[in-house]
Amino acid sequence: MDQQHTIPPLKKEELLDLYRRMRLARRFEETVNELYLQGRIPSTLHLAIGQEATAAGALHCLRPGDTVFSTHRPHAHALAHGVSPHAMMAELMARSTGTCKGKGGSMHIGDFARGFVPAIAIVGGNVPIAAGAALAATLQGSDAVTLCFFGDGAANEGAWHEGVNIAAIWRLPVVFVCENNLYAASTPFQEAFSIAHVADRAGAYGIPGVVVDGNDVLAVRAAAAAAVARARSGEGPTLLECLTYRLCGHSRSDPRTYRTQQEEKEWQERDPLPNFVAWLTAGGHFTPEALQAVDQQIEATLADAIAFAEASPSPEPMSLYEDVYA
Amino acid sequence: MAEMTIAEALRQALREEMRRDPRVFLLGEDIGVPGGFGGAFTVTLGLAEEFGRQRVRDTPISEAAIAGVAIGAALCGMRPVADVQYSDFLFNMMDQLVNQAAKLRYMSAGALAVPMVMRAPVGATARGAQHAQSPEAFFTHVPGLKVVAPATAYDAKGLLKAAIRDDNPVLFFEHKLLYGSKGARSEKGAVSPKGEVPDEEYIVPIGEAMVRRVGKDVTIVASLLMLYRALEAAGVLAQEGIEAEVIDPRTLVPFDKERVLHSVKKTGRLVIVEEDNLTNGWGAEVAAWMADEAFVWLDAPIKRVAAPDVPPPFAPVLEQHYVPSTARVVDTVRSLFGVY
Repeated sequence: MDQQHTIPPLKKEELLDLYRRMRLARRFEETVNELYLQGRIPSTLHLAIGQEATAAGALHCLRPGDTVFSTHRPHAHALAHGVSPHAMMAELMARSTGTCKGKGGSMHIGDFARGFVPAIAIVGGNVPIAAGAALAATLQGSDAVTLCFFGDGAANEGAWHEGVNIAAIWRLPVVFVCENNLYAASTPFQEAFSIAHVADRAGAYGIPGVVVDGNDVLAVRAAAAAAVARARSGEGPTLLECLTYRLCGHSRSDPRTYRTQQEEKEWQERDPLPNFVAWLTAGGHFTPEALQAVDQQIEATLADAIAFAEASPSPEPMSLYEDVYA
Repeated sequence: MAEMTIAEALRQALREEMRRDPRVFLLGEDIGVPGGFGGAFTVTLGLAEEFGRQRVRDTPISEAAIAGVAIGAALCGMRPVADVQYSDFLFNMMDQLVNQAAKLRYMSAGALAVPMVMRAPVGATARGAQHAQSPEAFFTHVPGLKVVAPATAYDAKGLLKAAIRDDNPVLFFEHKLLYGSKGARSEKGAVSPKGEVPDEEYIVPIGEAMVRRVGKDVTIVASLLMLYRALEAAGVLAQEGIEAEVIDPRTLVPFDKERVLHSVKKTGRLVIVEEDNLTNGWGAEVAAWMADEAFVWLDAPIKRVAAPDVPPPFAPVLEQHYVPSTARVVDTVRSLFGVY
């Protein structure tokens, strides 16, 4: 880091907010998984169960006016950023009240009015676009920051390298957040990289590379806050690698036979949610009852979101022809 | 009114739009480096001096990043105009153009807009297979993109201004032999048409074809360099008593079908001339439309004159056989009248 950015300690309500975001993401995904199995959601789903700490921690320090780019696995990012679970549920159920009026689906969830760009599902394709969004802020004289998520697999795409390099040479206000969940679909990290960490590549572009425990929401939050502060003060991009793990398959059709049960068990023990709950209660920050109250609120929200989505109409067939051109 | 080359007209359009709208900026390879070329064909020469290198941004050789940065900036309220050194390099950014620029609006149900322009030079000019293609047709197949191809200085300026003000991604094709680039960047065999460009502000709307020569016997549709071959052919044919109507589509997407249909109803014959490979060119689409909509007015089969289905060659003698010539256009038209 060129300059130290002091990150103030989190207030109690901020800790609760982090918990709420993670829990909402977890329960939303468990719920849509069930709905999918019941045939109430079409298509496929890329779930981020196990990766919620990265989503919540990275996005917690953004401000209104900042821009977020996501991936084919966007639910946790979107919920952690405050995108409506009702509109997301409706989008997954292919309804006209969805975030993309039924034209996007799971992989293109978004809410641009909130700065969450409808997710880009071509692996690595969002990286140069995020650089462009950051350039716009620079040219407009704004101090807005762009945060761009991608998986470990994306770091082997050409567009990733071109995008990181151009952001580095122009010192653009962008934070590149790698969710390294150790597998690009089924391909293990070691088969696709000859280095220990994606963040090792930062040095090749002359930007800081930071590796953090992606299942520790407070660690992610602190590292992201430093990177965002650095970007906002004009010092340029950071490559932040969050080490995490999908506790589910890559997509709906994935039986996870390429991973050992032993490995999955080890990562179950590192599940970010129960660990954060243990920390919050053991530290005396919150009683179990206080967290249960949050949980109940989330269950009510999800029930309401399902009811809203199922009561919503399908898109009008003629809307097929709309929104091709501005 | 001033007479100028296409390169000068394009430069004037960029200068006027950048003065008018602070959201407009340029990016690309070698476009503003002090002592540099002003882009491969001199179009941006002098603009960095006026607008600074923040707004005339030189990029690394990173076409995916050029396109991606343009898209991201466009999403967030800017109006980027990218200089793609050779249109062949558009293939380096195909994901960004086809999956991103063209689809973001649709998949966001209208929440996003991508107002950007990709300027790209086309045409075979003895540079071999990888700096010579005329790839317009690839992009006409992509819903969400607009495709523009001006052949005169007047249109180059007016259409570039329209493209910059358009809220959609626009592929803007320019022909290397039409620029009129000077000095070390001048092209052997260039046509370099100079044209009158009004002093006052004007726009040429995207999507309107132009009749370049009025005739009653046959309709010839041709864009960019091929427009000049078609006009030359029309001159030869006139001496034989065949009056060709020559239409310059100017925009390939959206295509001004009505203008062509109107002409074909009058002439009963249609020849389409394109510099691209024959198979699945934009001319094939025009032929299919007219077979569908003008069938009863046609007195002869629709003919296409195009490059053969081989990559662009290097040797000038081979290139002469590759790029459709005036003689090929003349012979094709003659064949529709039973003259060989």
